[in-house]
Amino acid sequence: MISTKEIGELKILATRIRLETLKELKCLGFGHVGGAMSIVEVLAVLYGRVMNVKPDQPNWPDRDWLVLSKGHAGPALYATLALKGYFPLAELQTLNQPGTTLPSHCDLQKTVGIDMTTGSLGQGISTAIGVALGNRLDCRDNYSYLILGDGECNEGQVWEGVLFAGHHGLNNLIAFVDYNKQQLDGYTRDIIDLGDLAAKFSTFNWFAQDCAGHDLEAICSAIEKAKEERTRPAVIILHTIKGKSCCFAEAKLDNHNMFFTDEMIDQAISCVSEDLLQLQRAADAAGPGEGGRS
Amino acid sequence: MNIKLAAKHEPEEVMMRDVYVNTLIDLAAQDNRIVVLNADLIKSVGMAAFQEKFPERTFNCGVQEANMIGIAAGLAATGKKPFAYSFATFATRRCYDQIFLSAAYAGLNVNITGSDPGVSAAYNGGTHMAFEDMALMRAVPGAIVVDPADSTCLAALLRLISEQHGVSYLRLYRREAAKIYETGSVFKIGKAVTLRLGKDVTIIACGIMVAEALKASDLLAARGIEAGVVDCFTVKPLDREMVLNCAAESGAVVTAENHNVIGGLGSAVAELLSEHLPTPLVRIGRQDQFGEVGPMKYLQKAFGLTAGHIVVKTVELLGDIKHKKQTKK
Repeated sequence: MISTKEIGELKILATRIRLETLKELKCLGFGHVGGAMSIVEVLAVLYGRVMNVKPDQPNWPDRDWLVLSKGHAGPALYATLALKGYFPLAELQTLNQPGTTLPSHCDLQKTVGIDMTTGSLGQGISTAIGVALGNRLDCRDNYSYLILGDGECNEGQVWEGVLFAGHHGLNNLIAFVDYNKQQLDGYTRDIIDLGDLAAKFSTFNWFAQDCAGHDLEAICSAIEKAKEERTRPAVIILHTIKGKSCCFAEAKLDNHNMFFTDEMIDQAISCVSEDLLQLQRAADAAGPGEGGRS
Repeated sequence: MNIKLAAKHEPEEVMMRDVYVNTLIDLAAQDNRIVVLNADLIKSVGMAAFQEKFPERTFNCGVQEANMIGIAAGLAATGKKPFAYSFATFATRRCYDQIFLSAAYAGLNVNITGSDPGVSAAYNGGTHMAFEDMALMRAVPGAIVVDPADSTCLAALLRLISEQHGVSYLRLYRREAAKIYETGSVFKIGKAVTLRLGKDVTIIACGIMVAEALKASDLLAARGIEAGVVDCFTVKPLDREMVLNCAAESGAVVTAENHNVIGGLGSAVAELLSEHLPTPLVRIGRQDQFGEVGPMKYLQKAFGLTAGHIVVKTVELLGDIKHKKQTKK
């Protein structure tokens, strides 16, 4: 169970991740807005509550690992890592600039706190499996977390990995699919219909759950249930909205990698800043107590 | 390096695949970070002995080469030393993007073995005949590419590979190779071995073509041509010093490889010489064509991968050089 206060804190973290991601993207005038915005809540839950990590020891071997297989959403993860203290927030302004440590797609050699290089879709599931196997060989009780895109699930390699992990009963692997129903060229149902993803994973011997992907409490609860599963890998299908809470991108077609004007991004930043202000006021009003159990 | 050359180049008593597996078993016994991955070819390469000894460190990925390489990269990220195996075609071509990004670009330690290169795929035919595996792997920044000629060199290279970090590609001829080296020879990755000196021409070879180059050198000697032979088992990084010295001393170079002349040893030598020491050169190998089915001996003959063909092309090359010199006069 998670307390109302903790949920409030996660909401603030999620909103700060969203805000910092937008500010990070602003300096370029374009970027993968849609897919970055849709994974903000799961990142807030993972780094705000679930994952056992030490930002001052990013390579701590017993840490929980995250493979962001949809590597184009890197900017959202960078914002999360900066907020967690892996590196200064100011570095976010260097996104994609010459010599940056923050390239558009995740790179474990460049960015402190990035556990795996990703960008060529479909490859993250295999590396996440390798991490899970390596940690299992070393008798560690940590988890390998994996975030897949829905368009990414067009790749055959994803299903190779799903088959392999299901066969090997990798219970230290917990995957998420950011099922925002859109990919670069349009709606997933029009390009390659993914249908009932949870049913598909279940058939491959995974413990699959559908989850409201922007509901922090629902995500926390799904992860808790996933950890109770002892014999199978787990997947949580996050039903999300591409571009969530970014006024010019939310649920818009062609919001995968989009250009925007200063006016557009400033308006989005202003809206999310207002959300943050209200959440902080609400938290202040609730006071420092434990808060009610939700 | 400390090289002891075999007096005779007879077929070895041991199969290369057995030496491969037994060496990996030895290495794994000393280093618990070593793990092996395989794509449904454990029986084919005789990896069952490793699996029996280290079942928890053997991962049969089924027929999933792309997934296998990604898993190897993930294992490497946790500090393991993975050795992934499949046929040369599937170990490189089939999973190239995974090798390139998940392993090499990520700076991870992934060792790949591709067996049955070129004509040694024989009865599996053109679909399974890799004449491009070294070309692909040479184009991966930082990758090591080796094509050993016999079991002594193979065992030594496996040990050296297990001690280095990064992506490596080992070409493995599975059957009995011609003996080139005596046990106890010490090799170095990136250092070629001069097997024979020759003032008229140098044959730079790798893999199964080393034995053919030695035979060719004997045949050329009978015609009064002194042909040096170099075993360039490391195709990348190329032993630049050795190649440049050979070219300078003999003034003519022949390369011989069980591979397309595009992208492999011949290309590597040509690239170096054309930039630094333009030298008359002929490249023996598959001439930008696919493979086909048949006995290995037949394919070697059909594709010009024999001592006899090396002799013919060497004599032609030396004739051309002589003709040009005379024309200049």
